[in-house]
Amino acid sequence: MCDTCGCNLTPGNRHLAFKPVAPGSTAVSVLKNLLAKNDDQATHNREHFDRRGILALNLMSSPGSGKTALLEATLAALKDEFTCAVIEGDLETENDALRIRALGVQAHQIVTGTACHLDAHLVHDALHRMNLDGVDILFIENVGNLVCPASFDLGQHLNVTLLSVTEGDDKPAKYPVMFRAADAMLLTKTDLLAVLDDFDPDKAEAHLRNLANPAPVMRLSARRALGMDAWLAWLRNELAAQRARVKHGQTRRPAIQPDGAQLHRATA
Amino acid sequence: MHELAVAQALIEQVGDVIRQHRAQRATRIRVRIGPLAGVVPELLGNAFPLAATGSRMEHAVLDLVAAPITVRCETCDAETEATMNRLVCAACGDWHTRIISGDELLLESVELETTPSLTSGL
Ligand SMILES: Nc1nc2c(ncn2[C@@H]2O[C@H](COP(=O)(O)OP(=O)(O)OP(=O)(O)O)[C@@H](O)[C@H]2O)c(=O)[nH]1
Ligand SMILES: [Mg+2]
Ligand SMILES: [Zn+2]
Ligand SMILES: [Zn+2]
Ligand SMILES: [Zn+2]
Ligand SMILES: [Zn+2]
Repeated sequence: MCDTCGCNLTPGNRHLAFKPVAPGSTAVSVLKNLLAKNDDQATHNREHFDRRGILALNLMSSPGSGKTALLEATLAALKDEFTCAVIEGDLETENDALRIRALGVQAHQIVTGTACHLDAHLVHDALHRMNLDGVDILFIENVGNLVCPASFDLGQHLNVTLLSVTEGDDKPAKYPVMFRAADAMLLTKTDLLAVLDDFDPDKAEAHLRNLANPAPVMRLSARRALGMDAWLAWLRNELAAQRARVKHGQTRRPAIQPDGAQLHRATA
Repeated sequence: MHELAVAQALIEQVGDVIRQHRAQRATRIRVRIGPLAGVVPELLGNAFPLAATGSRMEHAVLDLVAAPITVRCETCDAETEATMNRLVCAACGDWHTRIISGDELLLESVELETTPSLTSGL
């Protein structure tokens, strides 16, 4: 094993790895996840959360699916029960953080500029600028984007993917990488279902199952306070599960982390 | 697009391998990409030369190896091929499956140009 670069060399495969390909050259077998540096940083972030018993969630969706509206309704509902904090990721503006702060909740805004996703380093910088003492739940609102946020582990324990009923029920089939990463799928803006006759919540759920994803599907409207109880109950339950894990020195990685990487390594 | 971020991560990793093995440069880089990794191989192929300019892998050939999607069924244990948005078992139709291949984004291997003295030592 080569410690510095972390390549998977063992005495057994060394002869394969260092097979000379031509005079003066060498082929090195590495077998390392390309995003390993991000993943290492994410692991460190998770340690920050676990040390404090914080449950961290990553909210992902298309732009405008209702992530901030859901947070506003959630924070208001939980304000006497838990201490929450929010990290907001947006390409531009502090608008979403301002909406959260208006509720008296700590919010740190990450303005990504051109980057269309948050990564573990950006989140780590934010963590060190926040006061995490006494925080029970940290919500990270990712940049509105159904593509790349799914590839970057931030250190969260759970991914929550929102799909608003105005977007079409086949989104999970069109964006499988994103929806495969969901630990919970929220169908949002259900108050609009009455006027949108072509969105079938059952179909959306069936598309999610086709991705071999067992995540719970909750239907809600943050604006009309419909279906919020199931979501809040899920949050309470997940916080209790996180506290039990922390007690036993365990943690949880979100569905975003392909456990396949481990498998490939073992079989490679 | 995040393929640039992925290209930069690749360059950092290959740079580590070059330094670790005290090589002059990388001549060939092999990356294995599954369709479910969320990285478009063509975009990564375009981003790599831009990100590698001026580095010790600037002229390296980037081999992008496509990985097939394979799932193992938790119900009947069959290992079958699947597609991006239908990761169900092809044998029994159950959706309780696990990805065996298809979500990887791996730096597989790097070919290095080493100094003659180092090579003769191997
Ligand atoms: N009818 C209805 N509209 C909603 C609901 N939730 C959010 N909206 C509206 O949808 C729009 C976008 O909501 P946001 O909460 O800002 O969405 P977002 O996902 O945070 O958006 P970005 O951060 O820009 O990606 C706003 O006009 C909201 O008022 C809902 O439950 N019902
Ligand atoms: Mg928002
Ligand atoms: Zn090495
Ligand atoms: Zn991105
Ligand atoms: Zn730290
Ligand atoms: Zn089966």
